[in-house]
Amino acid sequence: MLETLFFYAFAALALLGAILTVTLRNAVHCAISLIASLAGVAGLFLLQRAEFLFAVQIVLYIGGIMVLFLFVIMLVNLDAAARERQYHRQWIAGALSVVGTGLIFAYFLTRGAESLKLNEPVPAGPRNSEAVQMLADSLFREYLVPFEVASLLLLIAIVGSVVMAKKRI
Amino acid sequence: MPASFMPSAQELMRFAPEMLLTLAGTLIMLLEPFTESGNKSRLAWLALGALLAALGLTAVSAADPGPAFSNMLLIDEFGTFFRFLVLAVGVLTILISTHYLRSGGHESGEFYALLLFSIVGQCIMATANELIMLFIGLEVSSIASYVLAGYLRDDKRNNESALKYFLLGSFATAFLLYGIAWTYGITGTTDLSLIRSALLNPASRPNEVLTAAASAFLFVGLAFKVSAAPFQMWTPDVYQGAPAPVTAFFSAGPKAAAFAMFLRIVLTGFEPLKKEWEPLLWVSALATMIIGNFAALRQTNVKRLLAYSSISHAGYVLVALTTHSGPGAAAAMFYLAAYCFMNVGAFAIITHVARRDERYVEIADLAGLGTRQPLMAGLLTVFLLSLTGIPLTAGFFGKFYIFKVALDQGFIWLAILGLLNSALAAYYYLRVIVVMYMEPAPEGEGELPAPAAGVLAAAVGSAIATFFLGLFPSSLLDFADKARRIFN
Repeated sequence: MLETLFFYAFAALALLGAILTVTLRNAVHCAISLIASLAGVAGLFLLQRAEFLFAVQIVLYIGGIMVLFLFVIMLVNLDAAARERQYHRQWIAGALSVVGTGLIFAYFLTRGAESLKLNEPVPAGPRNSEAVQMLADSLFREYLVPFEVASLLLLIAIVGSVVMAKKRI
Repeated sequence: MPASFMPSAQELMRFAPEMLLTLAGTLIMLLEPFTESGNKSRLAWLALGALLAALGLTAVSAADPGPAFSNMLLIDEFGTFFRFLVLAVGVLTILISTHYLRSGGHESGEFYALLLFSIVGQCIMATANELIMLFIGLEVSSIASYVLAGYLRDDKRNNESALKYFLLGSFATAFLLYGIAWTYGITGTTDLSLIRSALLNPASRPNEVLTAAASAFLFVGLAFKVSAAPFQMWTPDVYQGAPAPVTAFFSAGPKAAAFAMFLRIVLTGFEPLKKEWEPLLWVSALATMIIGNFAALRQTNVKRLLAYSSISHAGYVLVALTTHSGPGAAAAMFYLAAYCFMNVGAFAIITHVARRDERYVEIADLAGLGTRQPLMAGLLTVFLLSLTGIPLTAGFFGKFYIFKVALDQGFIWLAILGLLNSALAAYYYLRVIVVMYMEPAPEGEGELPAPAAGVLAAAVGSAIATFFLGLFPSSLLDFADKARRIFN
């Protein structure tokens, strides 16, 4: 019962934060709403007993990435952008497609509710320290190559942003 | 480090071409600050050498096929085929781009490094047998491509091209990733062979709605990457805006690798769903051919014309894919090889005619090329005839095999409509040839310099490949036929 209550609270936080992120005009306020949304997701992780993901979500996303976001927003002058007219010309079409998609989802979810079952999760929740160890094992044994290639991906992103941003190399 | 963590020498050997290219790309960036601005072509030589060495290592690793790194990669003949193809495209691209970059004063190590990294991603796409690995390979290839599209950052068209490619590409990637997540949710695995057995297993027969959703998301992502209708809108703008040598690369390398990925997903992991995929691919193949060919009819810009033509060629390959058969896969592979050479060749000539800052990229600018530079005009004629599908050229056999497979597998209407489409395509290819030979050179236009050695080498090499595949198609087809057996 209490768990359900918490689920709805966190889910509401995540949704509300996401809505505010795209509707508020001031970029700093948007970033702060995004923090609220991410915190809601972190809470959902905790309810699923994924303590490690919970910690990663807080430390990496809310701690690291969002601070970078705020830095960039404060460095770049966005006052002018905040006063510009925002694009809402297609809002009727947007609203219609959102409602339409929602209705389709609702229809199929109610029609197929009993047949809708995902594959069984990994059996039995291991203890938390074991879970982290399992994660490390699969990351550095089975998924070693994707992990390493992902670092190449980051290198490309860094080189690319320098190439695109610098006047003369 | 425990012994079980160490990859075996065999596995490392199978992954050697990618490792070599990554090292070479990093080395180029390290050497870049120590290279005088007049000597940047040394870095091009280094990149070229690395690609040739990678071709050699690919041949070596092909002698010992098998999985590597806990089934993340599967070095089989199929993967080797596409590895050879994307590496060859890389060699041609470097040959085309050196002079272009130098004449504009844009030559730097980053260009070659990013090109090599992009090719690493494409090699991974060709050999990966697991959705996460495929996805990361695709991202490595795409992110490097986004930067290459906007490489001349002071050029407005370059910026437009890079921004469009980046925004739309990321959007499509998100769809693909979402599809992968759904697939994992349904089957509990991301390994393509295990996905196949999970979908075949009657005991755990997954929910149809969920598999349909997963397939749809995957289709959106893949169709975008091969520029198939209805997700082809980005292609003309990106191809027109990017630097001409980069466009040559885009139209061949990433497209061939994306098709390799498409073939592998559709013919292994999602093969049990072929009845469901068939109508989707049927409609998409037809729409792609029609949109590409009809839009190309009205173009005046050569790069844009070839962009629409590349859309229509993706449609022909999709016809082969629609048949969901081993011979279809072989036909698609042959077609992609033929297409890569003739298209890169055509873009090599366009790069040459466009000159500095790409001032001459209209069809009208080609007027009188037949008398001004007969060799260049002759080579472009060969490529255009091959794109049309005239006998003796690679393009003819490519189309022949695809439509033959379509007829054999009972896709009679699709084959007929495809043939009508390729007849239509002859109009816009021949129009370019007519302009080259029948119209006089415009007055007061700047002198057209002699072609640079690299462009000439790339164009002649592509022409030789085009003729070779047109005269001795069985040499490549036998290999493709061996490679496609993995799908049965």
